[in-house]
Amino acid sequence: MAATAPNPSRGGAETPREAGAAARLALAELLLVSDDAAECAHTAVEWLYQRGGARKVICALIDAESGALQHIASAGVGDGHLESLHLALEEPDHPVVFALAGREPVTLGKNGGRGPAGGLFRGDFLAIPLPLSEKREARQGLLLVSPARCGPQARWAAGLLGQKIARVRTREALAQAEHRLQRERELLFNLINASPDPILLTDAEGRMIISNARADALFSSKEGESEGRQRAVTLNNMLFSAALSHQAIDEAGSSRRELLLVSPSEGSDLLFELLSSVVQHPREGTCVVSILRNVTDLRAATEQIEENYRRLKLAEADVRAERDRLDLIIDSVADPILVTDPSGKILLMNSPAERIFTAPERSAGTAEAERAVRSNDAHFSSFVSNLFLAGEGLRWRGEIGLTDPATSQPLPVEAVAGKVLSEHGEVTAVVTILHDRTEALDKARLYEQLKSGSEQLEEKVREATAELVRRNELLQRQHLQLEQASQLKSQFLANMSHEFRTPLNAILGYTSMLLQGVSGEMTPPQKNKLQRLDSNARHLLSIINDILDISRIEAGKMPLRFEEFALPSLIDELLSEVEPLIQKARLSARTDIPADLPPVHSDRQKVKQIVLNLMTNAIKFTPQGQVTVRLANDDARRETRIAVQDTGIGISPQDHAKVFEDFRQADSSVTRAYGGAGLGLAICHRLAAMLEGRIELESELAKGSTFTLVIPRRGKRR
Amino acid sequence: MSTTDTRKPLVLVVDDFADNREMYSEYLSFSGYEVIEAQNGKEAIDAAQARMPDIIIMDLSLPVMDGWEATRRLKADERTRKIPVVALTGHALAGHSRGAKEAGCDSFLAKPCLPDQLVAEIRRMLESGKTTISKTKGAR
Repeated sequence: MAATAPNPSRGGAETPREAGAAARLALAELLLVSDDAAECAHTAVEWLYQRGGARKVICALIDAESGALQHIASAGVGDGHLESLHLALEEPDHPVVFALAGREPVTLGKNGGRGPAGGLFRGDFLAIPLPLSEKREARQGLLLVSPARCGPQARWAAGLLGQKIARVRTREALAQAEHRLQRERELLFNLINASPDPILLTDAEGRMIISNARADALFSSKEGESEGRQRAVTLNNMLFSAALSHQAIDEAGSSRRELLLVSPSEGSDLLFELLSSVVQHPREGTCVVSILRNVTDLRAATEQIEENYRRLKLAEADVRAERDRLDLIIDSVADPILVTDPSGKILLMNSPAERIFTAPERSAGTAEAERAVRSNDAHFSSFVSNLFLAGEGLRWRGEIGLTDPATSQPLPVEAVAGKVLSEHGEVTAVVTILHDRTEALDKARLYEQLKSGSEQLEEKVREATAELVRRNELLQRQHLQLEQASQLKSQFLANMSHEFRTPLNAILGYTSMLLQGVSGEMTPPQKNKLQRLDSNARHLLSIINDILDISRIEAGKMPLRFEEFALPSLIDELLSEVEPLIQKARLSARTDIPADLPPVHSDRQKVKQIVLNLMTNAIKFTPQGQVTVRLANDDARRETRIAVQDTGIGISPQDHAKVFEDFRQADSSVTRAYGGAGLGLAICHRLAAMLEGRIELESELAKGSTFTLVIPRRGKRR
Repeated sequence: MSTTDTRKPLVLVVDDFADNREMYSEYLSFSGYEVIEAQNGKEAIDAAQARMPDIIIMDLSLPVMDGWEATRRLKADERTRKIPVVALTGHALAGHSRGAKEAGCDSFLAKPCLPDQLVAEIRRMLESGKTTISKTKGAR
C-alpha cells in the first residue's frame, strides 16, 4: 500500500481542497508504514516537492551520536550546497542553529549572504523545526522549504514528520536499550559463571533464583545421572538450606560461616566458607546472595601450616634443649674449652676456661691473678695464630705454659685446636681444648720412678733367681752327698754290725762253752755270772740286729716275699717260741681264733717278726696276769686283725704316738727296768707299713695294752 | 771219701779271727770231731787238698783269698768238689748269702753262731748226704 499510495496522488485531477486532503492522507499513510527515520524524511521531502508546491526541500536531523546537524533528504537542491548543512550546533549565530533553537518557523535568506550557507538559502527559505510531540520541545531537526508560500503545507508535514521521527527514534532507542540490557545480562552471567566460587541467589523461602555453573555442579542434577550424585545433590541442598535458615535466625545482613558439602562427582567432603548477604529487591522482595568459597584445600593448608608451626616449635625447643645440653656438656667437661673467631677473639668458653682466662673478683692477690690472666691470654693468642701459620691442617696440637690465676702455680697444658669451616671452606671459628698436663707430667715422673723401681726389682729378682739356682745346685749336690752319705751310713752300719758280730760271736761262743762245762763244771755262783754275761751279750746282739733292720728298711734293702699262708699255725709257732718266757714270767697265754679264718697273702716272716715283737713286749711289760692273741677278720675292709692283749702296766694316752718312734720307750725309766733298745715298735711300725698295713694301739695306764697288727687280706706287693 | 764209724770226722775251720777259729776248734774237738784250721782262703785250699776233710766251715771275709774265691776253687777242683762247704759270715745282708751260694757253698750260717748250733748244722749236713743243699739260720 505504501508503494502504491503516491501514484494516484501524482496524476489526479481533483479539486484543490479535495486534492489537499487526499495528499495529506497519502503522506500520513506513507509515514505510517515506514519505520525508518531517514525513509520518513525522504517521503516527507518528496511529498512536499511534488504535492506541497515546494521547489526546494531539505530535511536535516541532529545525529544522536555526534550531536551535529546532518542533512538526510533533499529535493530540488544541488549536492554541492548540501555539504554546508553539516553543522556543529555550537554556532549560535548561524541562522539554521537559531531556527533550530526556536519553536516557530524562521524565514532565512532576507539578510542574504550571512554565514556559510548564505549561498544556499538565497531567496525565501522557511526553516521549520521538527517537533517531537505537541507539547514537548526537543530539537531533532529542521525542515527547510522554499518558497515560503508553501509554509502551511510544510508546517503540517513537519509536525507529522517530527512526531513520526520522534516515535521511530524512541522505538529505536528502546530496542537499543533492550539489546544493551540483554548484552549486559549475558556479560553479567558470564561473569558469574567465570567465578570459581559457587554463587547463588535465593529468595526468602530458600528457592534458588540464580545460580552459576559451579553452584549447579553442587546443587542441581539432571535426569539420568547416577544415584550417588543425586543423593549428594539432595544432601547438599538440605545442608545449604539449613545453613541459610540458621543464618536468617542469626542476623540480617551479611555473614560468613563454614559449610561442609559433598562433592557429587567424587563423593569426598568439601569444606566451604559460606558468605551470604541479604539484598532487598524491589520486585522479588528479600533475597539472599550466597557465595561459597572452597576452603577444603585452604583448611588442609591451614592444618599443614599449624602442624608445621607446631613442628617448628618442637624443633625450636629441641634446638634449645640441645643447646642447653651442649652448654651443660661443655661446662661439665673438666678440661677448659674455648671457641674463638679466626682473629683470636674469644667467642665462648666453659667455666674451667673462665677460671684461667678471666680475672677473678676483687680479692687478695688480684693483681697477681690479673697478671696471670693477661699472660694466659697472650700465650693462647699466640697459640691460635700459630694454628693459621701451621697451614692447611684442620687440627693443631701444642703445649702452652699457662699460669693458674687462683694459685699462681705453673699450669702446663696440652692444647688441641680444631678449625670450624663454613660450607665455603672458610674458617669461621676455632675450638680449642686444653688438657691439664700437670697430672700427666706427675704420672710420667711416677712412671719413671716406677720403671726404675721395677728395673731394680727385676735386677733383684734376677739376682734372687741366680741365687736360687745356685742354692738349688747346692741342694742337689747336698742331696747327692746326702744320698752318698746315706749309702755310706748303711754300708757303715752293715760293716759295724759285722765288726760287732765277730767279737760278739766269740763272747757268746765261749760263754756257751763255759756254761756247757766244756772246761769243767762251774760252781753255781760262777754259772750265775756266766748267765748274766750271756744274757747281756744276747741283748747287745738284739740291739745290733734291730739297728741293722732299721738301716735295711731305710735303705730300701729289706726284701719282701709274699705268699699265702694260714695264720693259726703261725700263732702256734710263736706261742711255742715264747713259751719259755711266759713260764719264766709266770703268766698265762690265751688265744682267740675263729674257725673260719681265711688264709692271708703277705710276707709270713715279717708278720711273724712283728707279732713276735708284740708278744715279747706284752710279756715284758706284764708283771702278772695274761697275754691273749686274738685273730679277727674284717670282711668289709678286707683286712685281717691280729691283736695282742696284755694286762700289763699300760701306756698313757699322750705317749701312744711316741712308742712308735725310734729309740723311744714310753718312760725312759722303763728302759732300765725292762731293758730293750726301744727300737722294736719302730721296726714293727715300718714293717707294717711295708705290708700295706698298720699297728693300732688301745691302752690305759695300769690296765693293760692291746697292740693290733692290721694287714690287708691280700697284699699287693710281690 | 770213705769214713768209718770208728774214725772221727775231719772238720776244716777257716777263719782269720783266731778267737773264733780256736773257740770252734775247741768245741768241735770237745764234741768229738777232728779239727784242722786255716787262716785264709789260700791256706784253706792247701789244707783241703792235703787232708781231704769231711766238711769245711768257711768264713767269707778273709785276707789273701776270700771265702767266695776259695769255695769257687775248691768246687772247681775235681778232688775237693764233693766236700760240703758251710759258709759262716758276720754280714747278715742278703747279698752275702746269695754270693755264697753262687760260689758253691752248700750251707750258710750267720754270725753270731753258737758252737752247739754249728755242731748241729755239721751233724745235719753229714747225715743228710753230701749233695743236699740246705739253709739254716743263725741265732737271733
